[in-house]
Amino acid sequence: MPLLIIETKDLSYSFGVNHVLDKVCLQVKAGSIYGFLGPNGAGKTTTIKILLNLLHSDKEKVFLFGEEFSNNRIEILSKIGSLIEQPAIYHHLTGRENLINRAKLLQIPISRVDDMLKLVDLTESADKKTGKYSLGMKQRLGIGLALLPDPQLLILDEPTNGLDPNGIIEVRNLLRKLVFEMGKTVFISSHMLSEVEKMVTHLGIINRGKLVFQGSLEELHKISKKQLLIQVSDPEKAKRLLSEIGYNSELIAETLYTPYLSKEHTSEINSLLVKNQHKVYSLSQSQENLENLFLSITQ
Amino acid sequence: MRGFILSLQSEFYKTRKTLAFLSAILLPLALCLMVSAGFYINAQKMVGYSAQIQWMRFSGAFIGVMGSLLLPLLIIFQSFSINNIEHRAEMWKSLFSLAIPKWSIYSAKFVYALLLNALCLTLFATFILASGTILDLLKPELKFNEFNFAGILFKLHLKLFLASIGILSIQFLFSLLWADFIKPMGIGLLLTVFGIITANLGWKYAFTIPYTHPMLAINSIMKQVLSNKNQQMTFDIMSKEIWFSLEVASLTYIIGYFVIRNRSVK
Repeated sequence: MPLLIIETKDLSYSFGVNHVLDKVCLQVKAGSIYGFLGPNGAGKTTTIKILLNLLHSDKEKVFLFGEEFSNNRIEILSKIGSLIEQPAIYHHLTGRENLINRAKLLQIPISRVDDMLKLVDLTESADKKTGKYSLGMKQRLGIGLALLPDPQLLILDEPTNGLDPNGIIEVRNLLRKLVFEMGKTVFISSHMLSEVEKMVTHLGIINRGKLVFQGSLEELHKISKKQLLIQVSDPEKAKRLLSEIGYNSELIAETLYTPYLSKEHTSEINSLLVKNQHKVYSLSQSQENLENLFLSITQ
Repeated sequence: MRGFILSLQSEFYKTRKTLAFLSAILLPLALCLMVSAGFYINAQKMVGYSAQIQWMRFSGAFIGVMGSLLLPLLIIFQSFSINNIEHRAEMWKSLFSLAIPKWSIYSAKFVYALLLNALCLTLFATFILASGTILDLLKPELKFNEFNFAGILFKLHLKLFLASIGILSIQFLFSLLWADFIKPMGIGLLLTVFGIITANLGWKYAFTIPYTHPMLAINSIMKQVLSNKNQQMTFDIMSKEIWFSLEVASLTYIIGYFVIRNRSVK
């Protein structure tokens, strides 16, 4: 198996005069859970549609399983399971019939239908028409349809949409199981870092069509800035004092946040506050919240 | 080819409980019951005619309305329903991201629409024959059993089927392009009415409008049968409008394929 399951080379795409993707170079390693993040309208779904050949890109730009897509469409698609935006389901058929129809179409043993229903916890509702399913149930059936052909690569576009917290945890555990126990690769898009932070091994952050970060979760942590958290008797007054001598700080819930520079700098701030009759209750370091970092990258 | 057969089976599986499929069975059945009831009540008016004329009058009650209006409308509805299943479920993106060639999916849908139409017309012929036979049993004074009408009836419906392929291919393309019912239905209806007017006026180039083909096919049958000196009910299947219908269907099928092949799913 090639090292890179998905690779795009300077991938650009436009809808008329509207440039949606600008030289995106994705690199998704085999056996990873790659979180593809970005605010709404950043280009996530467009990228996914190109990865599935639903939108046509220039040749030699998209490679999956080490092969150029447009020349090997059927072979590549046979190794992919996908869920794009809202799950595509026939509402006049039951959950089981939807799976049977797909199984027949892809020549998959019908016995696998029951396994999928069990996996996505829809056994009890299997014979109910999907038009009567809740959004979460539809989403789970969509995941079941994507997993039916036992694909090597699973591409999911915002799969936790409409799921309750328990559902999100179940999807998270399922995806981790698929990757760490069954050796699959998962490419998952989301507009919320907090949603995928606990399951991904790698991240790509896209904003206005440009890939602004790509790497492991640890690499993202490294670029997040450390902060100094200060708790004092009169935080308002302390904020003004720090501002007068040129330190920017932010007051959130009675705690002052200022960029951490060094131990010496922390000691200097402490002395200054004490000299000005402030009671210093605590001084501590903290990593910038990843969600804030994500927001600062994408704003 | 395997992908085509699997797609065709899938078409049946997912439409078997929908009106698209059921209409092909229910419409001929309902119409036959209604017309038969009418003939049963008014059987005395038919007694004086020969067996051949009785069959012609009985089947004419269906075929007249079929050729001009019912068949085009049924085709508009069926071709819309077959593609609307995918539009409504937002299924195109899912279908085209499966490891199945696009031509298989497209061709299977097209052929399935043809098969539904063929099924509907076959059932019409079968139900007409069955109704005639039953009427003969219920009203012994009728002479349906004295003339074997089966061959003529199926040949006539085969001609109607061939004449309707042009309309079907155009309506299929419309409903492939547009998700809503109004556009394909509106255009289809407008062209059907236009077709009826031009065919009734005997316009020289009416055959160039596919929506006139079923009506022109019936007219051509009537013309040949009435002009036959031996009073034999013989007619050609491959008349001018049939050839034109097949040409339109072939061309539209190819256009539809290229539309599907090159279309991005947004």
